[in-house]
Amino acid sequence: MKRYQNLLMMFAVVVLVALPLWMVQKPAPGPDGKDVEIFLGADDQAKNVIGTIAPEYQPWFKPLMEPPSGEVGSLLFALQAALGAGFIGYWYGSATATARIRREQGNKAPC
Amino acid sequence: MHIMEGFLPIEHAIGWTAASAPFVAYGLYTINKRIKEKPEQRMLLGVAAAFTFVLSALKMPSVTGSCSHPTGTGLGAILFGPAAMAPIGMVVLLFQAILLAHGGLTTLGANIFSMAIVGPFAAAAIYRLAKAARIPFGSSIFLAASCADLLTYVTTSAQLALAFPDPAGGFAASFAKFATVFAVTQIPLAISEGLLTVIVMNALLRFNPLELQDMNVITAQEAQA
Repeated sequence: MKRYQNLLMMFAVVVLVALPLWMVQKPAPGPDGKDVEIFLGADDQAKNVIGTIAPEYQPWFKPLMEPPSGEVGSLLFALQAALGAGFIGYWYGSATATARIRREQGNKAPC
Repeated sequence: MHIMEGFLPIEHAIGWTAASAPFVAYGLYTINKRIKEKPEQRMLLGVAAAFTFVLSALKMPSVTGSCSHPTGTGLGAILFGPAAMAPIGMVVLLFQAILLAHGGLTTLGANIFSMAIVGPFAAAAIYRLAKAARIPFGSSIFLAASCADLLTYVTTSAQLALAFPDPAGGFAASFAKFATVFAVTQIPLAISEGLLTVIVMNALLRFNPLELQDMNVITAQEAQA
């Protein structure tokens, strides 16, 4: 039952991620003929809001280092996710193995 | 979700850094103490940190047509107490600020405050309240983790609204604008984070029931079940 529940929850997460991709329609290109980009970062949108509220505001500090391209940026994000997922996988593997060994020893103990 | 480099006026940047610093220091102290007393919990601390790493790297599309990412701080806050997440969140934020130009060093204090202080404290408090109200384990975890995620972004919106009040409507009008960008985008992501946290918690419950009991996350009866 637990496993079934977990699968169901994982499926719900996939649906939650996939649904917006299908729901949000790309708007027609604006009067300047430029393609409207969708699914940009919320950070960028916040920057635009700041631009409308305080048009005279100038950021006073620049990032020390910027990924030279979107590709390199995605490499670093993938690295971050891989580090985390790798550790969780390691823990899960060792936890299942320990549980199995314990169970096998428990079965042998009575004889 | 992070406030971008240079996008907080200098007084705000200093103020939020000063507000976050004691939490990070106290968090480091509690982690050190815990590892010394209970070295067997090191593995779970690693899982909590790893979960934050994974989730804050996943930029997910949302119904508003923009992308944002979950925080993953709820799990660790429920396990180790909210203070422990402040230094862990700082590590993630530093990684992204220095290498990815996502967030920033001048806004680090403000971002720590929203993601690694407000979120975790909300998660821990909601989990305790839900337990007291006898809400089942899975639902309590879901509520705590998803509310923590959402409140992180509400905090970010408030921080930006404080720094950039609307010339006509003041703080409230500005907050509404930033909240539409951040908080509304975050709703489906917060649900995802809640579900993922429950999945990991179910695994922890299965493999580490004694540790969870020791950490006061579950009661002895629940550990036996």
